[in-house]
Amino acid sequence: MAKIETKNLNLWYGSFHALKNINARIEPNRITAIIGPSGCGKSTLLRVFNRMNDLIEGVRMDGEALIDGKNILGPEADLVALRKKVGMVFQRPNPFPLSIYENIVFGQKVHAGRIRKSALDEIVEDSLKDVLLWDELKDRLRESALRLSLEQKQRLCIARLIAVKPDVLLMDEPCSTLDPQATARVEELMRELKSKYTIIIVTHNMQQAARVSDDTGFMLLSEMIEFGETEDIFTKPRDKRTEDYITGRYG
Amino acid sequence: MRNPYRTQKIAFFVLLVATLLIVIPVGMIVVIIVQKGLPAINWEFLSDIPRKGMRAGGIFPAIVGTIYLVGGAIVFALPIGLLAAIYLSEYSKDNLLTRLIKLAIVNLAGVPSVVYGLFGLALFVVFFKFGASILSGSLTLGIMILPVIVTTSREALESVPSSFREVSLSLGASKWQTIRHIVLPNAIPGILTGTILGLGRAAGETAPILFTVAAFYLPRLPDSIFDQVMALPYHLYVISTQVPNVDEKIRYGTAFVLLALVLFMNLVAIVIRYQFRKKKKW
Repeated sequence: MAKIETKNLNLWYGSFHALKNINARIEPNRITAIIGPSGCGKSTLLRVFNRMNDLIEGVRMDGEALIDGKNILGPEADLVALRKKVGMVFQRPNPFPLSIYENIVFGQKVHAGRIRKSALDEIVEDSLKDVLLWDELKDRLRESALRLSLEQKQRLCIARLIAVKPDVLLMDEPCSTLDPQATARVEELMRELKSKYTIIIVTHNMQQAARVSDDTGFMLLSEMIEFGETEDIFTKPRDKRTEDYITGRYG
Repeated sequence: MRNPYRTQKIAFFVLLVATLLIVIPVGMIVVIIVQKGLPAINWEFLSDIPRKGMRAGGIFPAIVGTIYLVGGAIVFALPIGLLAAIYLSEYSKDNLLTRLIKLAIVNLAGVPSVVYGLFGLALFVVFFKFGASILSGSLTLGIMILPVIVTTSREALESVPSSFREVSLSLGASKWQTIRHIVLPNAIPGILTGTILGLGRAAGETAPILFTVAAFYLPRLPDSIFDQVMALPYHLYVISTQVPNVDEKIRYGTAFVLLALVLFMNLVAIVIRYQFRKKKKW
């Protein structure tokens, strides 16, 4: 069964039709890249899956978006439960102005109420190990997270997310503020996380999509032009527009 | 031809003069009050009741009264003002009603203080039958400083980056948890600024307490919140205009104490604010 599926998904910001009849199947434990030029609706699509678009006034949606077979668009959807399950990494690393430790346990503080300190310590250690930061930061847990490097901040944000134990990681251009080496390391991390999570990444960077993803969707002007295995999209695109985009003719 | 450097020099000069014009009166007020008031300050002046028809002795009851009134005003205005600010900045939709409420709050800040005094007299003293009491006075002062606290708190809440709210929500926190754990802690310095402004105003105003609490002469401490008290600004008015032959030293001493009290309260708030600012930075 697909982890996430959209059926004739439409979305409007006021009168602007930002997603038109999107149909996509996202499989578990794979990395799916969504590519396309600026303003094509790829971030909007990503933000459907954790309903972050709801924060914008005047948003309307119809069609279906299913996660584990359940429609998440209905009024009955539990947003808190949805967002615990579907976490998001943002374009700009955005740790809270708190210590490294407090950043990671934020989710526990909110979701679990009182927890023994030893359990929290364990969560911090596990999460930081998962993002390969533990060795660097284990002696600096009480320091402000704002003093970290950009790459460390972005990893910390991933750790903060993992600590909530989601199934799906949404990544909205997670490397756009990082240098090439840091980008390569974060991509490596994504490959490692793949075994435990379903990852969807929105990216401007076609090389990144080609390097890191298993499946790719190409969007243009609010439409999903082509969706399939990354290799196929990049080597034998079926649509002329996809070919034009990946060969750099526009975008 | 125009000489840009000359115009620049003139502009700098005008700006400098304007700045000095602000600083000079403030500096002179402080200098005069310290110069004339400081000689009156001694332990007796601070701890004794007024004697000989307020021409001797101390001003202890007025100091205590002002502290009670300011404390009461803050206890009343800070929670209500903060909660209203949270509602306005985080929950309310931008519609006609909200805009009217915001406009009303801004206008409330411009109402002359004597009007608050009359309002307090009518509502708390007469209608609720609290009489002239600490309770009535505190509530009146509280209402007077509410707009300042609401406005500054709202600004502080709104200046917390929306990305923090987004992340918090995206981690599955509810809106209230986001406000409670993320927005509020980061807004505390700004909220304290509003509180400082409110404190200073509440301590210094005479008109709102004139009809609602202030006693002309009451040389003992209050037993309950339904007692009248003396208060520094009113006491200063009384000894300056209503009682003949009060030594200038005592008048300026009283002014000095009022000034010092406000500065001290501000200092406490500033220290707290500094502690928070040091911790939270973005």
